[in-house]
Amino acid sequence: MSMTATQASKTTSKSSRVLRSIGFVAMPLLVIGWSLIDLSLGRELVEWIPYLASGFSMNILITICAVTLGTTAGVLLGLMQLAPYWFVRLPAQVYVQIFRNAPALVLIFATTYIFPFEVVLFGNYLPFPDWVKAVIGLAILSSAYIAEITRGAVLSIPTTQWEATKGLGFSRLQALRYVILPQCVRRSLPPWMNVASSMAMGTSLASLVGVHELMHAATDASTAVRRLDFTIIAYVVVMAAFFTLCYPIARLTRRLERRFNTG
Amino acid sequence: MTASPETETNTAIVKLEDVHLSFGQTQVLKGIDLTIYKGDAFSIIGPSGSGKSTILRCINALVTPQSGKITVAGTRVDQLTKESERIQLRKRVGIVFQQYNLFPHLTVLDNIVLAPTKILGADKTATVKLARELLEKVRLSEKADAYPGQLSGGQQQRVAIARALAMKPELVLFDEVTSALDPETVGEVLWVIRDLIRDGMTSILVTHEMRFAEEISDTVVFTENGRIVDHGSPQQIFHTADNPRIRQFVGGLSGGGRGAVRDGEGI
Ligand SMILES: Nc1ncnc2c1ncn2[C@@H]1O[C@H](COP(=O)(O)OP(=O)(O)OP(=O)(O)O)[C@@H](O)[C@H]1O
Ligand SMILES: [Mg+2]
Repeated sequence: MSMTATQASKTTSKSSRVLRSIGFVAMPLLVIGWSLIDLSLGRELVEWIPYLASGFSMNILITICAVTLGTTAGVLLGLMQLAPYWFVRLPAQVYVQIFRNAPALVLIFATTYIFPFEVVLFGNYLPFPDWVKAVIGLAILSSAYIAEITRGAVLSIPTTQWEATKGLGFSRLQALRYVILPQCVRRSLPPWMNVASSMAMGTSLASLVGVHELMHAATDASTAVRRLDFTIIAYVVVMAAFFTLCYPIARLTRRLERRFNTG
Repeated sequence: MTASPETETNTAIVKLEDVHLSFGQTQVLKGIDLTIYKGDAFSIIGPSGSGKSTILRCINALVTPQSGKITVAGTRVDQLTKESERIQLRKRVGIVFQQYNLFPHLTVLDNIVLAPTKILGADKTATVKLARELLEKVRLSEKADAYPGQLSGGQQQRVAIARALAMKPELVLFDEVTSALDPETVGEVLWVIRDLIRDGMTSILVTHEMRFAEEISDTVVFTENGRIVDHGSPQQIFHTADNPRIRQFVGGLSGGGRGAVRDGEGI
């Protein structure tokens, strides 16, 4: 038991060290080294970095919004799927079944073209920017995944835990809030991390509907510069950037996992 | 509660009258009558599947019988129609299960404090103080900050008893609370229950610990096949019963050696 556990943690820590060194050392080294060898390329890159960075800030924004919205909605939908009343359960089940199997790109296209470019609120015309539509598309997808994760986690808690809460006079909702869901958090963290990371990756799809994010910025840059070596190095920068976007999610999850490990 | 001191010893706190219950086609209780008085220790013994747990679950409204009257501490349990009313009853009736069922994500202290503070809305400081007193009572003061996973079965079960008591119940139901324990930790749990009964807590025990039941009970009933076959004092049930089934059952179990309880053992 303990043998396999330590072996497993050793392999994961080893593979994460390899990943970290590729992401934080090899790719930046390649970019810097190449820029120093060919100074004209380096100059182009330095010139375009602020533009790429402004694109990247959009990826961060979309990721945070989509994951926050998707997690909130997903947990609610997951609990609705387990509700004792069919009129609560059924809509949630239909929603999850439809959207869980939808490709991210389809959802982003759909939200982009279904929603208007501006909305009327109290007589004021407010713009409805494309990046918000991308957030909604990704949030719908992640909420369906997270609903399934939540449902599975709740079902994995032994029924004796429910029995204990009942015996102490908890209502169903109180049992969920104080006893069941806290135990679900730890079990759900690893799959949650997968969803959050794929949403971070998925933000690049927003470039296809014209959102000014990193992929879009890199494409703009390489079209403007028209140099093959610049195009390559620009996309290496993109890869390194996506790595730095996903890496903190993995770290955070592992920290939380350790915190909830007690008991 | 409402009873005056002089009638207290004779007040029926639980009364079941002709209770019938079935799960689908299976008849589990076929007319149960019993009366339990305030402050009494009442034991239910009988073979597996005879409906002992189901009787307890009727008393705190975890299941509802098809017919019959159930009165618990002045409440007609069989007439409760809303879940919220059943919840009100369960707050007043403690139950301890065979499998302890502690909350694994909370410390021992938080396991005890959770329900009184969140469910009854009791004051946090006062409840923590009460919880520490209860832990002392079950001899686990030093484990307040441990997690259930770090405790032995007997220790977990004592925490579960403290958790039930923290709700200040009017009576406590014990459903085979020592059946899942290692033989060497059975004694420490029975010790705690014995203390509790001496303090005057109304207790209903389903148990296979025959000598313990004999020692602490005011009344013992023998169930078989959804019926109460016999009831009386421990002396009557364990020694002078006419019914051959009871003699066989009691003899068979106490011969197994699991019923032995020595004072102070394992503490
Ligand atoms: N929820 C349920 N659904 C269907 N049948 C049930 C349910 N709960 C109990 N039963 C059945 O009712 C009968 C009595 O069960 P009960 O748990 O009350 O017996 P018991 O006397 O406590 O037995 P044991 O000593 O094994 O705990 C058993 O035959 C059991 O299979
Ligand atoms: Mg039972």
